[in-house]
Amino acid sequence: MLELKGIPVSNGIAIAKAYCLSEPELSFKKIEIQDVNHEKIRFHQAVLKAKTELEEIHNKAKLKLGDEKATIFQAHLFVLEDPEMLRMIENRIAEGVNAEYALDEVSTMFIKMFEGMENDYMKERVADIRDVTNRIMAKLLNVTIPDYRQLDEDVIIVAEDLTPSMTMQLDKKFVKGFVTDIGGRTSHSVILARTMEIPAVVGTKIATKEIIHGTSIIVDGAKGVVIVNASVEDIATYQLAQQANNKKRKKLESFKDRPSVSADGHHVEMSVNIGKPADVEAALSTGADGIGLFRTEFLYMDRETLPTEEEQFHAYKYVLETMNGKPTIVRTLDIGGDKELTYLKLGKELNPFLGFRAIRLCLDHHELFRVQLRALLRASVYGNLKIMFPMIATLEEFRQAKALLEEERRNLVKNRIKVSDTIEIGMMVEIPSAAMIADLFAEEADFLSIGTNDLIQYTLAADRMNEKVSYLYQPYHPAILRLIKTVIDGAHKKGKWVGMCGEMAGDEMAIPILLALGLDEFSMSASSILHTRAQIAEINKEQLGPHLDEIFKLTTADEVSQYVKKFLLKNN
Amino acid sequence: MKKQFTITTTEGLHARPSTLLVQAVIPYTSEVQLSYNGRTVNLKSIMGVMSLGVPSGSTITISSDGADAEKLLEKVATVMTTEGIGLEC
Repeated sequence: MLELKGIPVSNGIAIAKAYCLSEPELSFKKIEIQDVNHEKIRFHQAVLKAKTELEEIHNKAKLKLGDEKATIFQAHLFVLEDPEMLRMIENRIAEGVNAEYALDEVSTMFIKMFEGMENDYMKERVADIRDVTNRIMAKLLNVTIPDYRQLDEDVIIVAEDLTPSMTMQLDKKFVKGFVTDIGGRTSHSVILARTMEIPAVVGTKIATKEIIHGTSIIVDGAKGVVIVNASVEDIATYQLAQQANNKKRKKLESFKDRPSVSADGHHVEMSVNIGKPADVEAALSTGADGIGLFRTEFLYMDRETLPTEEEQFHAYKYVLETMNGKPTIVRTLDIGGDKELTYLKLGKELNPFLGFRAIRLCLDHHELFRVQLRALLRASVYGNLKIMFPMIATLEEFRQAKALLEEERRNLVKNRIKVSDTIEIGMMVEIPSAAMIADLFAEEADFLSIGTNDLIQYTLAADRMNEKVSYLYQPYHPAILRLIKTVIDGAHKKGKWVGMCGEMAGDEMAIPILLALGLDEFSMSASSILHTRAQIAEINKEQLGPHLDEIFKLTTADEVSQYVKKFLLKNN
Repeated sequence: MKKQFTITTTEGLHARPSTLLVQAVIPYTSEVQLSYNGRTVNLKSIMGVMSLGVPSGSTITISSDGADAEKLLEKVATVMTTEGIGLEC
């Protein structure tokens, strides 16, 4: 038995025979050409044949993966017909060399140029250029590039590297995984593998040397391990793990477009937290009911100046349009604390988490805040927008923020700019003072959203960035549970709904408690949605009542988690 | 005829945005150039565009010359905004 280690890039377990892809033989000789025109025609015919083939792959990719992912092949078509590259190759042919030599020389020049770039992403585009030029070369030499469509048994592809077009042609029915010598996390092949949900391990360095065609191998895409010549016991163990995985995945898949509802018919909203507009697609693909938290900080970070109103407007409009009417909660700028903006030159603070950040900063820098509010209001007509303010400690802050928003709304309306009149305005409850008077806030807010990460930090007075006090980061601390209960009860008393957008909302142990407390919306990372929806579907909310009473009698976080483990998780 | 843009897409002018720009200008007969940091390339050449490695936040100039140059530049501006690639300065 031999174990190879690589980079884990696409989850899952595959057990099958190795199918070793040998590179097509594309060697050629340099020949001096007399009939330059004939050579140019030969070259253009090769390009044309390659183009037909690539268009076929592109069309197939559009059907299989959707327009956006198929852009890779559109880019390949542009490389194939790149006027600069074609001109350079033609010029070389005109000097009297054969098309193969001219193609190789020019493509090598481009490959070297891209390899020399410092950016990893650009370096990986070398695979794309190689893919395209090899295709033309194969046509020139009349060599067939291996056709994986002819596979007729389960295999794991083993190759030095996989070009995107190879990956695209793999028939998922037979290809159970792939292993490569080289490749990085952002190569197109890896992205495609993940989309196609094929387990993959890349960067093993020696897979093609160590694995013989036809040998039985195991790929563990989660651990980045490839086992060659596995023992009977190993195969049995992995088969069991694979069966369990498949069962789990199938079961979860079935929750994709189902409503988020408990076993006894209690509805909740299941939403996704996103950090940038590009995350919306992942959010939608999980079948989420909406976006529970759009962190707008990204628009302000990693740059040298503030984002303009136009820039923000387009980002919000894109998210709202893509969400197609599903509720989208945008949190206004939450900067400060551990998130710095160097160009604002705010200066260092002794206690940044207790300092000048989030709404405090926005209420001091009006113009900065107004730009964001205007962009949000203008975008509101493109979807179902809800706005919430972060880190509210007092009612005065909330009123001020709302007043600024209202002022901007009126100005826009006066200037005949359309603004939605159904925008719900809410706030984050992440400071104990706000939690304690949630009922008073609920009089003036349309909704509350509990931010547990900060609520825990502020309630236990423990900086969550400080490892020495990390033991105090206790989501199940009785004080936290009481605060959450206070918020939910307070809001419900005034007929308002409560969400949660901290880590706790996707925490398996916390979910039964939160459901029993009556939380209306759970917002979490996209990858937790199906899992949580499946968990809630098995819980009988009404039966949790007595357990909840018991939990609220417990005195420590440890007792709470023990209780939940013992009773709630097992019984439901 | 020329227009200036600030690149706003976080990835810079990588494969996806470059593809969209090249796709937009190919149907036009006019010649079109992209200049950044003292270098100028043909905007109809994806290799040329990507070889510049234009990062997010930088300013580029797109100039066009020919019968439909004006329409071409308008199209570029539209694609820049609608696809979130950049903003006209």
